[in-house]
Amino acid sequence: MTAVEERPAAEIGSARRRKEDQRLITGRTRWTDNITPQGTLHLRFVRSPFAHARIAGIDTEAARQAPGVVGVFTGRDIGEGKLSMFTVWTVTPDQKAPQHPPIAVDTVNFAGEAVAAVVARSAAEAVDAAELVDVDYEELPPVLDMAAALADGADLVHPDLGSNLSAHFVLDSAEAGSGADAKQAIEDARSSEDHVVVERTFRQQRLVPAFMEPRSIVVDPTGEQVTMWSATQVPHVSRVALSLITGVSESKLRVIAPDVGGGFGGKLQVPREEAALLVLAQKLGRPLKWTETRSECFLSCHHGRDQVQRITVSAKRDGTVTALHADLLADMGAYLCLVTPGIPILGAFMFGGIYKFPAYRFECRNVFTTKTPTDAYRGAGRPEATFAVERIMDELAAELGMEPLELREKNWIKHEEFPYTTSAGLEFDSGNYEAATAKAKELFGYDALRAEQGRRREANDPVQLGIGISTFTEMCGLAPSRVLGALNYAAGGWENASVRMLPTGKVEVVTGTSPHGQGHETAWSQIVADRLGVPFEDIEILHGDTQVSPKGLDTYGSRSLVVGGIAVTKAADKVIEKAKVIAAHMLEANPDDLEFGGGRFTVRGTDKGVSIAETAFAAFSAHDLPDGVEASLDSDATFDPESFSYPHGTHLCAVEVDTETGMVTIRSYVSVDDVGKVINPVIVEGQVHGGVAQGIAQALYEEAVYDESGTLVTGSFVDYLMPSAPDLPSLVADRTETPSTTNDLGVKGVGEAGTIASTPAVVNAVIDAVRPFGINDIEMPCTPHRVWSALQGRRPEAPAVPQSEQSTAMTQEGQS
Amino acid sequence: MTRITVSVDGTSYTDDVEPRTLLVHHLRERLGKTGTVVGCDTSNCGACTVHLDGRSVKSCTMLAVQADGHEVTTIEGLAQDGELHPMQKAFHEHHGLQCGYCTPGMIMQSIDLLVEHPDPSEEDVRMGLEGNLCRCTGYQNIVKAVRAAATGGASQ
Repeated sequence: MTAVEERPAAEIGSARRRKEDQRLITGRTRWTDNITPQGTLHLRFVRSPFAHARIAGIDTEAARQAPGVVGVFTGRDIGEGKLSMFTVWTVTPDQKAPQHPPIAVDTVNFAGEAVAAVVARSAAEAVDAAELVDVDYEELPPVLDMAAALADGADLVHPDLGSNLSAHFVLDSAEAGSGADAKQAIEDARSSEDHVVVERTFRQQRLVPAFMEPRSIVVDPTGEQVTMWSATQVPHVSRVALSLITGVSESKLRVIAPDVGGGFGGKLQVPREEAALLVLAQKLGRPLKWTETRSECFLSCHHGRDQVQRITVSAKRDGTVTALHADLLADMGAYLCLVTPGIPILGAFMFGGIYKFPAYRFECRNVFTTKTPTDAYRGAGRPEATFAVERIMDELAAELGMEPLELREKNWIKHEEFPYTTSAGLEFDSGNYEAATAKAKELFGYDALRAEQGRRREANDPVQLGIGISTFTEMCGLAPSRVLGALNYAAGGWENASVRMLPTGKVEVVTGTSPHGQGHETAWSQIVADRLGVPFEDIEILHGDTQVSPKGLDTYGSRSLVVGGIAVTKAADKVIEKAKVIAAHMLEANPDDLEFGGGRFTVRGTDKGVSIAETAFAAFSAHDLPDGVEASLDSDATFDPESFSYPHGTHLCAVEVDTETGMVTIRSYVSVDDVGKVINPVIVEGQVHGGVAQGIAQALYEEAVYDESGTLVTGSFVDYLMPSAPDLPSLVADRTETPSTTNDLGVKGVGEAGTIASTPAVVNAVIDAVRPFGINDIEMPCTPHRVWSALQGRRPEAPAVPQSEQSTAMTQEGQS
Repeated sequence: MTRITVSVDGTSYTDDVEPRTLLVHHLRERLGKTGTVVGCDTSNCGACTVHLDGRSVKSCTMLAVQADGHEVTTIEGLAQDGELHPMQKAFHEHHGLQCGYCTPGMIMQSIDLLVEHPDPSEEDVRMGLEGNLCRCTGYQNIVKAVRAAATGGASQ
């Protein structure tokens, strides 16, 4: 355990406005699509309209003859059709993984998979010519339903694998020795009058990440090194992976993520398109560029979520939980991309939430279908887990007739019980669920809203009030390399930083994280300003280019601050140690007699001192350095945490459900998050706002829908309902602050918390509103049609409504 | 090819364009005005919003030839003599942007919104921005920024 260091903090905790903004609000941006080296050729992919088909032939002749066309390529032109993308995560030793070519070779396995690439002098000419590529498809049966895909005799996505089951992962607390036997406990509860068992099947619908900047890739092969600009979250990961996939020497490949317009996990990918462009640009010897259309993005960028969750919970009649069993089907889609099979496994440890389940079992079957592959989307595995446990706690409360908050409190880990090891085997370092919940209840006006709900139920109000609760935690900050190794994840989870003192006293900080909207330039500057005692404005944060920032593992999983930010502090501390030796020499003092604070070294007990800037210049001029001391203060550090970080919080949502139309309106939303110490409260609040918005979107609006032939019918912003401003409420976002004990800034991740917490809060509120009608689940998104359909033919069961009011209500309904 | 003359951010440009060229592509690819961006292909997202003769328009919904003889203002032309437009300042001050991709369109639309609603309610702002999508902010700080800008004279 690390104690949080107490240091003067002028910058840390202050509501600094972001350094990043100036360029972004004036249009002086460097999105990948803004980069077009002289002589650039433009690529357009030809994509399959069929979900599953054999490619019988591709006639490219007409396209080759079209104006401006330089070349037309098929899957066989990329490494003779033998290259394969890979996944970094082998979740079980017998995991089945198909060949995954950058461009399809023999078969297409999802609608939107690329089958050819047309390269032309202009983007418009490439688009025109792509229309002329004539592909002869022989349709194969689509595989769309996960349960059906696992049945005997099911059509296979990849016949050579012999099954649509990629992996069956099991985490059982009895087998792991971290708890009791969950299956047995549930069986025992079934036959005990003192226990209850509640089972539900929840659907985690498929979502589209829908970052605002469409993906774009430019590859310039004309230098000694091949340079790739890409709208990616993971330039470092891409460089390693692409060199392994294509055989380009890692030392000859430079990957740059310039300004990147959002990711949300959607750009945590080494996409097929990067491999294709890298190979083809070298073949052509010219810069090559591809920018996707939004429709293309919907089809070919990975999707998120898509699970069927069978959740069983057992409890004593007094509400004490005894076991949880989560049994999942997770849709991989057609291929295993970078982290695809591991996404549900990131939730494997979290289905118990904040509760003390003595017995725990998680199992997940990863299933191939002929749909767009899935992979990370904000929260990645943990929203799914949090949704399941927070929904089932409400169901259990209803079964027991208990107040849902009281049931939670009875079972959650008390603040004095930290650190606490869960039956899933994780050690939660810190938290205070009581404090966050108390604050949320007060801000929300919980008791008053409950009273109003009672009145409206009694009055049989056609607009019912529902209150939804989510008392969540999450594991974030990917993370400990040893843990990732134990899970057969191919890479580590460390992060690197270097701090360079320039002769004029300015500071360059190189970080291995790769921000795309998070504000690292501001937050890292705040950290370093306090650490080194230099002005915020004098610090420059460099990132997102494997040549500038040669070591790093990029940005995802709420890891940047808790891993990368800590690496920055450690590099800064090394600078101070090196500067101290030079300062002592300059002051003709013993280094042990020096104190450092406010950017100055002073001799203890005197007013003699030098600034860190002066030591930097002394190191630069190097005229008079102590013997054996190098002429540089620059330092780098790599940090690998021993544990994850566990933000938590309580989110409360009040919705009004119009029982006549099914319309759900959020009336109020309160979030109290505990993300530990905060570097910049403005940035943290912004992360919560955006995170909650995405969680609400899953609850009420968004769903990727396929038709029976495997065509994505929500393939644009026309059909995929990403919320705009009128669709979302203003929320009250507050915090409690329980420092993490696993890093010396006391910080936890914040990027995903809002998304993880909010979806069950909203759905619980919707169900709470209509539970008197005998409804205990509505599949997400809870659209007016779904809510209305669930209500058809139902009347409130309880409380009993006086006859006169009931008849009035029925008359009104009849008239409406 | 059709010859057009368009004033963009105060400079007059005369070009031969393919009649099918969208205004946004003309701005970005011919004139190098890459501050204006493309976020979708169905005119839903509003990232490409610019002003045409002072009113907002999604520059992907019109052809370059339709802009012939008109004045276009993009995000790059808002600041005057190095002084940010009040709406730009408000987005910065109220953290109304994260990744910044929707921001050019959001700012241009917000300025237009204030023409009709000089002192907008929260609902006015939300309705006025309905055609502009943001994935980062949940819109809350954008709404805050626009309302703050209204009192700071951003409709000018």
